Amino acid sequence: MTLNEQPDAAPTDALITLDTAWIVRWIRQSAEVLAANRTALNTLDRDIGDGDHGENMDRGFQAILPKLEGLAVETTPGAVLKLLATTLISTVGGAAGPLYGTAFLKASGAVGSVESLDAAALVALMTAARDGIVLRGKAESGDKTMIDAWTPAVNAGASAHAAGSGVGAVLLAAADAASGGAQATDPLVARKGRASYLGERAVGHRDPGAQSTALLLRAAADTALATE
Amino acid sequence: MVMKKLINDPKNVVNEAVAGFAEAHADIVRVSHDPIFIVRSDAPIHGKVGIVSGGGSGHEPLHGGFVGYGMLDAAVPGPVFTSPTPDPILAATQAVDGGAGVLHIVKNYTGDVLNFETAADLASAEGIEVRAVIINDDVAVKDSLYTAGRRGVAGTVLVEKITGAAAERGDDLDAVVAVAEKVNSRVRTMGVALTPCVVPHAGEPSFVLADDEIEIGIGIHGEPGRERIKLEPADAIVDRLLAPILEDLPFVSGDKVLLFVNGMGGTPQVELYIVFRRAAEVLKQQGITVTRSLVGNYTTSLEMAGTSISVLKLDDELTSLWDAPVQTAALRWGR
Repeated sequence: MTLNEQPDAAPTDALITLDTAWIVRWIRQSAEVLAANRTALNTLDRDIGDGDHGENMDRGFQAILPKLEGLAVETTPGAVLKLLATTLISTVGGAAGPLYGTAFLKASGAVGSVESLDAAALVALMTAARDGIVLRGKAESGDKTMIDAWTPAVNAGASAHAAGSGVGAVLLAAADAASGGAQATDPLVARKGRASYLGERAVGHRDPGAQSTALLLRAAADTALATE
Repeated sequence: MVMKKLINDPKNVVNEAVAGFAEAHADIVRVSHDPIFIVRSDAPIHGKVGIVSGGGSGHEPLHGGFVGYGMLDAAVPGPVFTSPTPDPILAATQAVDGGAGVLHIVKNYTGDVLNFETAADLASAEGIEVRAVIINDDVAVKDSLYTAGRRGVAGTVLVEKITGAAAERGDDLDAVVAVAEKVNSRVRTMGVALTPCVVPHAGEPSFVLADDEIEIGIGIHGEPGRERIKLEPADAIVDRLLAPILEDLPFVSGDKVLLFVNGMGGTPQVELYIVFRRAAEVLKQQGITVTRSLVGNYTTSLEMAGTSISVLKLDDELTSLWDAPVQTAALRWGR
């Protein structure tokens, strides 16, 4: 799927919601994708940071897998997001641990104790996640950080929802926008994080955090569309 | 460059080093292995502000070597050159909480700042009052809206010593924070690397310098500095490091200062004294009096060869806190 392909939003799509089983599938898919991209993310990070982003993200998502076994039936999507948040905070380290941890903690709070997520809830979830990262990292759009993937994703998801799209289409729009946003960090000079010490030398390199965000949202869209 | 290190397994570097540290300094510290942190053997001390620092390993004796009477209450070592996660920082904070609040001394690196902030949030939720002071003494980085700000480097040692003395004499949390901020505001540092270092789990040098090249303005993880130049005589290098330090604060004629020449790990003491000699000479020429000094490997970057020069503007309060007794693995006097 490229940035310009628009997904079709079938009218019935809007009625479908995503439950805890989907959140679990999304986390498992994310773990698989991050493991496959471990070296690629390390390489991006070595170019403009300290070279361990793939290592750290892989460690965090591998750490949650055993905890997903034997979840109680009544576990809500919000509770799984909270489990993800605390696991990432305690295992990822670096800057990404607190940033993604805070994101999913806020996302968990935003969806509360509902049993399944509709398109509006997904938009609220992504918005809260992005706001959590801004709160913790104090980055703005254009600083060459993961915000440059999250904000376009939130905006695209919200637009899709406003246009009547359902959960799958909302996540697909968000994933596409995140991929585009990650790509758009290539020409930027970094103003946050270790890459900011490089000045112009960061130009031409993709921000690793924006790239991992794009991978996570792509996994969300893929697993949601497979659900439908 | 082949990695030639006294290690067993890159995965066990920090654990094994901390275990050895605990054995060697059992009179001063206790160690928690899971989560991993080093704490004063007599912590928590009722009614005293607790001071916790930490960060990636590979900078020893920073920070574990500064745990003890008159300095840090606890240190939290992360993996080599990687910030510790909030869990051990929280556990260390709880272990030193004597009811008077806890100060986090944090070097200004994004990972350290975010993990300490998260730990502080968790500690606050448990009713512990936590304040943080971010150390940013490195003049090599432009401090502007366009970077993550100046890095925290060797000046951290001076902040930890002087602030530790303030807490030991019974200052309350506000006063301890004020002392830490005062030291941070009056210390400036700049470093140079002659060779890179090899992070054990990476197995290769973090950057490459030609045989005749040095990097001026290096950080303590081998991050790039201001410029890469050909090797020069020691005096010329000292002049390059000192000039931006002196004009930054600025330090002026009549000032009394502490001059700290720090080794990066791979430079022998004999060279550090050559550096000190020139730095003291330049300060004297400018009418600045060196009234206190420190020379040695205190904030290292694994086996990197190089040095950093820190200058701290003293007053009577800071001088007496510097002179106050300290008993840690790496700094010890008056007790």
